[in-house]
Amino acid sequence: MNTSIVSEQQHRKLHPHKFALWVAIASILMMFAGLTSAFIVKSNQAGWRTFVLPGIFWVSTVLILASSLTMLMAIKAFKSRGMRQYRGLLGITFLLGAAFVICQVIGFNQLWNSNVQFKGASGAGQFFYAIAGLHAVHVIGGVIALLVIFLKSIAGKTKSYDAVPVEVMGMYWHFVDLLWLYLMIFFIILG
Amino acid sequence: MSDTLHIQHGVASHGHSGEPHVHHHKETFISKYIFSMDHKMIAKQFLVTGIIWAIIGGLFSVLFRLQLGFPDQSFPILETFFGRWAEGGKIKPEFYYALTTMHGTVLIFFVLTAGLSGTFANLLIPLQVGARDMASPFMNMLSYWMFFAASIVMLSSLFTQTGPAAGGWTVYPPLSALGLASQGSKSGMDLWIIAMTLFVASQLLGGLNYISTILNMRTKGMSMTRLPLTIWALLFTAILGVLSFPVLLSGLVLLMFDRHLGTSFYLSDIFVAGQALPNEGGSAILYQHLFWFLGHPEVYIIIMPTMGLASEILAINSRKPIFGYMAMIASLMAICVLAFLVWAHHMFVTGMNPFLGSVFVLLTLLIAIPSAIKVFNWITTIWRGNIRFTPGMLFAIGFVSIFISGGLTGIFLGNSTIDIHLHDTMFVIAHFHIVMGVSAFFGMFAGIYHWFPKMFGRYMNNTLGYIHFWVTIVCAYLIFWPMHYQGFAGMPRRYLDKSSWVSFGQFHSLDAMITVVTIIVFAVQLMFVFNYFYSMYKGRRVRTQNPWDATTLEWTTPIHPGHGNWDGEIPEVHRWAYDYGKDGRDFIPQTEPVGENESSH
Ligand code: HEM
Ligand SMILES: [Cu+2]
Repeated sequence: MNTSIVSEQQHRKLHPHKFALWVAIASILMMFAGLTSAFIVKSNQAGWRTFVLPGIFWVSTVLILASSLTMLMAIKAFKSRGMRQYRGLLGITFLLGAAFVICQVIGFNQLWNSNVQFKGASGAGQFFYAIAGLHAVHVIGGVIALLVIFLKSIAGKTKSYDAVPVEVMGMYWHFVDLLWLYLMIFFIILG
Repeated sequence: MSDTLHIQHGVASHGHSGEPHVHHHKETFISKYIFSMDHKMIAKQFLVTGIIWAIIGGLFSVLFRLQLGFPDQSFPILETFFGRWAEGGKIKPEFYYALTTMHGTVLIFFVLTAGLSGTFANLLIPLQVGARDMASPFMNMLSYWMFFAASIVMLSSLFTQTGPAAGGWTVYPPLSALGLASQGSKSGMDLWIIAMTLFVASQLLGGLNYISTILNMRTKGMSMTRLPLTIWALLFTAILGVLSFPVLLSGLVLLMFDRHLGTSFYLSDIFVAGQALPNEGGSAILYQHLFWFLGHPEVYIIIMPTMGLASEILAINSRKPIFGYMAMIASLMAICVLAFLVWAHHMFVTGMNPFLGSVFVLLTLLIAIPSAIKVFNWITTIWRGNIRFTPGMLFAIGFVSIFISGGLTGIFLGNSTIDIHLHDTMFVIAHFHIVMGVSAFFGMFAGIYHWFPKMFGRYMNNTLGYIHFWVTIVCAYLIFWPMHYQGFAGMPRRYLDKSSWVSFGQFHSLDAMITVVTIIVFAVQLMFVFNYFYSMYKGRRVRTQNPWDATTLEWTTPIHPGHGNWDGEIPEVHRWAYDYGKDGRDFIPQTEPVGENESSH
């Protein structure tokens, strides 16, 4: 049984799942565009408070960049049928992703302890919690997906060499990575 | 369930082998009617849920119209049903605000967005582009169930101790952010936000599917410019939704922060009951920007599908090709782009820089151009046509009439100087109920009457359909036309009791008339609902595959299509969707190859 939903003539086009992910990415981007433009509008108003980004966010940046790299290599391994290598790299990507989330949480805590809190006056810090928090939620979604396809690849039932699911995973993962880079630069310049 | 999915896949990938795989698997009650992945069943689920919500939302308006029409009267029956919300048979202020808020929320989002797009995108996209199902039937099912969950949460908010959200359908802070400020800003508001979050998730899942199905799953020969206009309209609707709903979500997330974590995104220098709150530096206007960035596209999310439905129904029942097919697509596209650029016309009186205001005036008035093009093309399509006045056709013509009336008042409001006088008056209520509420309902009714045979293999009752149409169009104008005068006189919207203004005394009997008409028109809608359910089981049977002599692909499927739509191969398409009255032939289906000496269109 063919598990592809595309018919012959559609093979030349972008796979519908990849296409759907592109649209979803556009949609998620709109949410963050909304939030960051809200930030810009607000930062021009009186009573705005800035904050200093704790250093640990640099660590998480390195982690997520590295995870993008391992994801790339995992897909390459998959395509050249190096399944053992693929599994290993996927596992590393998963661990790096999880480590990223942990670093974010630690960073939020440090920020909180340096007296950037929810109560009282508005400011960059409050936006940072909301925006970076929402980003972390998207990463957690990706980490869970990574875990699922990792476990599937170990369980070994899948004889499938269909690269589409893995590529879709990779696309999403690079997206959350680039999104974080954008947010990091945004907060360094404007925070 | 996964079985269904696999067979579905098998069907799609063997689309050209010619074997009917469709009936191989047994469907259980649950997989067929509840957790169905068949787009046609999901469409019906959306429609029935939408109908239930429409009855609830409509009933709310009857209730608050009682207050507006007869402010001095008491209705003991209200106390029987609503207890302390209507003590002594009079609607309490909190109840009134809850009713108007829920009326707006339910009808705009649950009925005219989910109920409308959900029904017709699901029903028509695969059938008209020639696909076995959506790109992802599973996500499609999830979309419905997210909507269902949103419905349950919203419904449950009606039964909380402090009642549902009550700050208007736009839930502006600071009111909506401060539980201390009103009854309706307590738990009902949280449930509102949760329900809307689920709702947005449902819309995104649906929209993703609609877009990728239209762009990726068209049958052989179905180029984009051969698509029926319904599909184009649904495509732009989905694009608008996918790009604007997330922005609403971001606004709601910040609202939740302000409500529960003490942040000051929207709050600043506020006193509640004489107590100063610690919030500083927030801006309530920020919320308005985020809200209307969705809010304006949202109104086009509501109207664009009905533009598509009306285009199709008008052409079929005039037996003429649609006039200006390309112009119709271009104007949909222009509306789609402009819809993102005009949101601040809802905010002319928020202290916006007048220069900025004038930019938004210009962009807003530009929307009148594509809208006018569409209207012109619809009228030209039916002009000297061989018109069949089916109920669907009547509603489609009514749609055009009402869209014109309401669009004209938009031009008043779009001028910021006039809007200073008209903002937040009954004029705005009249404008958007006519241009969006009533005309979208007309488009939706047209669609239901027209595609009912495809949905259920039966016709709806025509006589009831004619009564439905005539009573509804007369009542709609009777209700909303006079509201313009009230608005010109400065009568504010959302007010419970205007008796302290002597000058509004002149409108007492007018308001009473509007209320009486509202009750009549509500009853007639119940008659429509009766017609719908009665015809589902007892309606006249459809005997031919193509009862309307239409050209599009959905009428090449069996009268009761199974999951997979076509028994054999998916037909190939050779021409556009509007070959009516061509070369002396009444209509030529899209599946017929172009003849040798056929004239080109
Ligand atoms: C010629 C085209 C149109 C123009 C120039 C226009 C302009 C406006 C303006 C300026 C307002 C704000 C009024 C105020 O609050 O003071 C408004 C409100 C509104 N319009 Fe339109 N409009 C047009 C067409 C439409 C269409 C086609 C729809 C829906 C399908 C629509 C739906 C609404 C709604 C729902 C509101 C009120 C929202 C609220 O405050 O609760 N309008 N319109
Ligand atoms: Cu608008």
